[in-house]
Amino acid sequence: MIYYDNVTKIYDNEDEPALHKVTFAVEPEDFVTIVGHSGAGKSTLLKMLIVEDEPTDGAVFLESTNIHRLARRDVNKLRRRIGVVFQDYRLIPNKTAYENIAFAMEAAGRTDAEIAADVPHVLELVDLSNKMWSFPHEMSGGEKQRVAIARAIVNQPDIVIADEPTGNLDPINAYEIIRIFKKINDLGTTVLLTTHNKGVVDEIGGRVITIEKGQIIRDDPNGKYIL
Amino acid sequence: MLITTKRMIKGGFVSFWRNGFLSFSSIVVLTLSLLVIGGLIFLTGMASAYLNEVRSQVDVNVYFALNAPEEEILALQKTLGTLPEVATVEYVSREKALEQFKEEHKNDTLILQGLEEVGENPLPASFNIKAKDPSRYESVIKFLQGPQALSKSGSALVEKVSDNKKLLIIDRLSLILKTIERVGIGIVIVLVGVAIIVTLNTVRLVMYTRRDEISVMKLVGASNFQIRGPFVISGAMCGVISGIISLIVMYPIAYYATRVTDNFSKDFTLMQFYIANFSEIFIVILAAGVILGGVSSYLAVRRYLKI
Repeated sequence: MIYYDNVTKIYDNEDEPALHKVTFAVEPEDFVTIVGHSGAGKSTLLKMLIVEDEPTDGAVFLESTNIHRLARRDVNKLRRRIGVVFQDYRLIPNKTAYENIAFAMEAAGRTDAEIAADVPHVLELVDLSNKMWSFPHEMSGGEKQRVAIARAIVNQPDIVIADEPTGNLDPINAYEIIRIFKKINDLGTTVLLTTHNKGVVDEIGGRVITIEKGQIIRDDPNGKYIL
Repeated sequence: MLITTKRMIKGGFVSFWRNGFLSFSSIVVLTLSLLVIGGLIFLTGMASAYLNEVRSQVDVNVYFALNAPEEEILALQKTLGTLPEVATVEYVSREKALEQFKEEHKNDTLILQGLEEVGENPLPASFNIKAKDPSRYESVIKFLQGPQALSKSGSALVEKVSDNKKLLIIDRLSLILKTIERVGIGIVIVLVGVAIIVTLNTVRLVMYTRRDEISVMKLVGASNFQIRGPFVISGAMCGVISGIISLIVMYPIAYYATRVTDNFSKDFTLMQFYIANFSEIFIVILAAGVILGGVSSYLAVRRYLKI
């Protein structure tokens, strides 16, 4: 279980907090969509979970562990349990699709044989087998995002977080990406996804947390996009 | 660990080739830095040869009393030879001195006639002493003025030690040589420091362009060792290639510099120096390249690992 306990984040040189006393829990295998305007604090919320940002106050727990008190080595281990997908894909530009995904497996200490077996399989899952040896600059936005998703799920993480994964995509590609996330969730992975796209929220259904100025203003188990 | 190291090395090579322009930029700057180091090696070699030549030309002549017994002079030569300051002691007997004098003035009948009129040999026996270092003549001269240079009868064997003007010049020369050496070391340190700073800044710029890549690596859970490794290997590879380019470029530099500095020293040419010391220069330049490239990459990546 993921538990945000009274989390406040104030960035240097900022008067207003990015997050203010945010408390909520996410059960395993949940699909939670976090909605809000730009700058509402959605990305900060996700960054806390991969220890990219530290809370100014409060704590984030994964199971019973306060993840911001972990040693550096344990943070690496934690990150291997969480797949991350970004709006801007963040693929390593000089690596092919295969190598980008393989790198995540190498980081997790997987063998060459496991990599050779799993990477084609996961690329097939995101319907991108034909782009295995393509570099990011040779792919479209939707294809890059599917590689990023493949990289996020290849180590079979407990949790996948996606920060505006459809933000740079056209509606057809956005729909395809959401379909993949739902498939991942159906296989038992917890998914946390941020968006400000009403169509995406309506397509996903399920639990919706709405954030406004760093605070949770609505948490509906079968929520809709209301802003 | 073995798999990680293997992947790291492979990653370093792949990264080197695929980031062609960045590798090229690093190689250019590293080559320039290594050429500065190579130039300093040449300058040090030239300066050292020149200083040694100057040192070898400095000597002290010791003239003995006309009645000084030869066996006592030869005994003194042996004693002088054992002194740590002394490099060589050349003995010129009275007969040899006369012979040399006659040879030098064989065309000057007036002098030769005068010499015949004197009747006996007027020239004293002498030592030509070369110290290991010009600063050590003072103690040699003190030794010759001390009790060790007295004859058995108690009279002084030594009549005269060079002339004061020459001793003053030796003194000054010794000071100048020491100053040149100190200044030289200072210049070498400053220039090597500049080369290191320039390389570090260039590699930092290269890493800046790849900072997103490093942050992604961190966020997928790669350890610092896994991230750093390929960058360090790639940097070291740039260092090796820059080292080889520098060694190749230093060859024509040595060739043309030899022609330009032809009259610089009678026993020294830059080309001979380069060829004779090639294995040492090869090791220094290549090691400097690998260390500069590798360590710069190591340090430059560090700041982007703090995620």
